[in-house]
Amino acid sequence: MQETDAVKNARREMEICNACRYCEGFCAVFPAVELRREFSAGDLSYLANLCHGCRGCYYACQYSPPHEWGINVPRTLAEVRAESYAEYAWPKPLATVFERNGTLVSLVAALGIAVVLILSMLLNSPGNFFGAHGTVPDSFYEVIPLWAMQIVGIATFGYSLVALWMGARNFWRDAGPRDKVGPTAMAIALWDVLTLKNLGGGGNGCNDNSEAFSMRRRYLHHAMFYGFMLCFAATTVGFIYHAFLGWPAPYPFISAPVLLGTVGGILLLVGTVGLFAMKFVDDPMPNVRRLLGGDIALLMLLAMIALTGLVLLAVRATGAMGLAMAIHLGFILAFFLVLPYSKMVHGVYRSAALLRRAVERKMKPLGGE
Amino acid sequence: MPDRTKTYDVLVAGGGNAALCAAITARQAGASVLLVESAPKAFRGGNSRHTRNLRAMHDVPNEVLTDAYKEDEYWDDLLRVTGGQTDESLARMTIRASSGLFGWMRDAGVRFQPSLTGTLNLGRTNAFFLGGGKALVNAYYLTAEKLGVEILYDTEVVSMNMDDGSVRSIDITYKGFPETVHARCVVASSGGFQANLDWMREYWGDAVDNFVIRGTPYNKGRVLKNLLSQGVAAIGDPTQCHAVALDARAPKFDGGITTRLDSVPFSVVVNRNGDRFYDEGEDVWPKRYAIWGRLIAQQPGQIAYSICDSKAFPLFMPSVFPAIKANTLEELAVKMKLDPTKVRETIDGFNKAVKPGQVFDNLKLDGNATAGLTPNKTNWARAVDKPPFYGYPLRPGITFTYLSVKVNDKAQVLMDNGQPSGNLFASGEIMSGNILGKGYLAGFGMTIGTVFGRIAGQEAARRARN
Ligand SMILES: Cc1cc2nc3c(=O)[nH]c(=O)nc-3n(C[C@H](O)[C@H](O)[C@H](O)COP(=O)(O)OP(=O)(O)OC[C@H]3O[C@@H](n4cnc5c(N)ncnc54)[C@H](O)[C@@H]3O)c2cc1C
Ligand code: SF4
Ligand code: SF4
Repeated sequence: MQETDAVKNARREMEICNACRYCEGFCAVFPAVELRREFSAGDLSYLANLCHGCRGCYYACQYSPPHEWGINVPRTLAEVRAESYAEYAWPKPLATVFERNGTLVSLVAALGIAVVLILSMLLNSPGNFFGAHGTVPDSFYEVIPLWAMQIVGIATFGYSLVALWMGARNFWRDAGPRDKVGPTAMAIALWDVLTLKNLGGGGNGCNDNSEAFSMRRRYLHHAMFYGFMLCFAATTVGFIYHAFLGWPAPYPFISAPVLLGTVGGILLLVGTVGLFAMKFVDDPMPNVRRLLGGDIALLMLLAMIALTGLVLLAVRATGAMGLAMAIHLGFILAFFLVLPYSKMVHGVYRSAALLRRAVERKMKPLGGE
Repeated sequence: MPDRTKTYDVLVAGGGNAALCAAITARQAGASVLLVESAPKAFRGGNSRHTRNLRAMHDVPNEVLTDAYKEDEYWDDLLRVTGGQTDESLARMTIRASSGLFGWMRDAGVRFQPSLTGTLNLGRTNAFFLGGGKALVNAYYLTAEKLGVEILYDTEVVSMNMDDGSVRSIDITYKGFPETVHARCVVASSGGFQANLDWMREYWGDAVDNFVIRGTPYNKGRVLKNLLSQGVAAIGDPTQCHAVALDARAPKFDGGITTRLDSVPFSVVVNRNGDRFYDEGEDVWPKRYAIWGRLIAQQPGQIAYSICDSKAFPLFMPSVFPAIKANTLEELAVKMKLDPTKVRETIDGFNKAVKPGQVFDNLKLDGNATAGLTPNKTNWARAVDKPPFYGYPLRPGITFTYLSVKVNDKAQVLMDNGQPSGNLFASGEIMSGNILGKGYLAGFGMTIGTVFGRIAGQEAARRARN
């Protein structure tokens, strides 16, 4: 991690927190701070990625602005976090994409749809593209051939996974040496990730726009995350049906892939739209304005995937299927492409930070923080 | 927006813990309540926003406190720190009431840290607020607003106009403009006067210019002075204040907890002339930090310097300011603007006087001492010889003052003639001198404020509505 102004400011704030420690009950960041007396840039990147941005420590801080020390941990750590995404990006020259991330994500999304639309129109006669195929087996692939979907999907998603992995590796190394990762640490970290334990100030919720606590952000994030996972599961089940059991899509409404996808899609839509709406009511003080674009673009991309997926389900027997599917796949293609260069990386770095924290705290019982 | 022309049942002067507890309790009892806070909203909450815990009696462990801390032990602790300058019946009443506070506090939105994470080994006696005192104050303000307590920020109570032992009207400055408001009962919860440097100067002279005020700049004792000038009985030594050793680089006001420094027991402490002046290792730091403020206040220029080597450096909590660091003692002295020869001489003398001896143990009084020095260091004495060397400048930091209005067990303010006021009550720092005439017990300030705040709120509401 480079020594930037944001890193320097984070060090100043963490040193004040370390002398204060009033927030130690809120989340994993403060106990991790207490283990240190000096903060390398790598330590600060680790702490920044450990922070879930619940804002509890901002409202609780007796030194927050207008106090002359102007402590604003959520904002300060968000700034370092944003820089860390660029720092660990792979390959390195692509680090700059984190600068105007909102624009980038939107552009890729537009491009994704355009490419899929144009290609599928070129590959199909208008009659085929706009014709009603009914929900007979393989109807989807009459419009876009399965091989094309698979090649593009596997290539883009595979590349993204590699890029994410390399980023995680850079992050892990930068935060310095640590003890061996054991199964208990893995289990604790997994639990912290799946429950978002640290998002919500010691179990009371986040501070969205005032001193009042609320579970809204956590529940919306859960809806988004588990909705996303259900969609992913739907795709995987579909793949298994097709590849191993020889049942080609589309599937009837009462079938595992469609049910998973429908519930997942609705949850994803609720979560993303809800989190987007919260941007309008959130207190801007503990936020970094400049990062808003990237956040919103990703939320919208996910929302569009969910929405177009649901639309596709609704119109799949009609002549609108070709168009709906092309648009849906366009959004998915864009998502695969921007995955390692969007806010999605926070999931990877934060999980890695939680794992490091689980290792670091020497397997104390779960109640501790 | 509060209606400043109406007669409220209860007016509460102040905006810290004691005021909020009174306001919420009075409102819960059905009274209409106006809370008047002199600070703007961003700095509301007085010294309470700098606190982190409260001391509570308990006979069995609960979710936030381990083991047991019974009435008699609590009382003994209080007797020890106050040297008897307390009122046993008020004190015992407060102690007993402290065991029943959690439920009410929780209902009012306060959250506690689970007992195992407390850093100061106070998990048995003290309950820690999740997020500290500002989080507690925030929770109380939210609850107060929800209940319909009306709040005026940026508004100072200038005078409570008393007649025949009762407050008839209250003069305020509302956002800078003078006004008069009315209430059937009044609760004074406006803290001590430590932020009033001119008043402090009457007792300490120009030394106050070198004092750091740890908490809010708004506790100027205006209400206290006003009441005492109208025949309200005083208690507590006006010349005394709770003074601790702080990092001299602390801001003049509102630096809070982070500027304290725990280095003294593991250091050699010299004054501006490079001379030692007190036994740094007399006792464990929690029992000694509060005498060091006064000790430093008595040194030339009200400043002292704590010097240690790299063996001692990891033994205390970091201060918010980085230690001054150097590879030789001379260099360190120069960086701290001290005479290098003199510092060298003092440290050399100290190192020679260290008696060879016991196993060093920073967790207890280990008996490692010097011989033949005036003064000697009687614990944790070790040669200061392993570079790099570290230094911190120290100043007296004032927490609160002891001068108070006298009250009875119903939180009624007593007049000079011993009679309780008809409609004036007090809670918190402004009356804590009744119970804590001297010294300090960690977490007791918030206990007094909460217990008396609730009593004052209850009594004021009852009286106003009768
Ligand atoms: C750094 C620090 C840490 C501390 N830590 C602890 C701790 O952990 N536990 C503990 O028990 N105690 C602690 N204390 C002591 C504790 O702060 C006090 O005992 C307690 O806060 C007193 O509460 P209070 O409501 O009486 O006063 P305060 O909280 O100081 O409130 C006084 C209020 O009155 C207002 N005011 C003053 N004058 C006027 C006026 N004329 N008109 C209107 N409003 C006025 C002020 O703005 C303020 O809001 C600490 C103190 C400091 C400085
Ligand atoms: S955020 Fe503020 S209150 Fe919390 S630990 Fe840091 S300095 Fe203390
Ligand atoms: S997770 Fe919440 S409490 Fe913890 S550092 Fe981040 S904003 Fe502060």
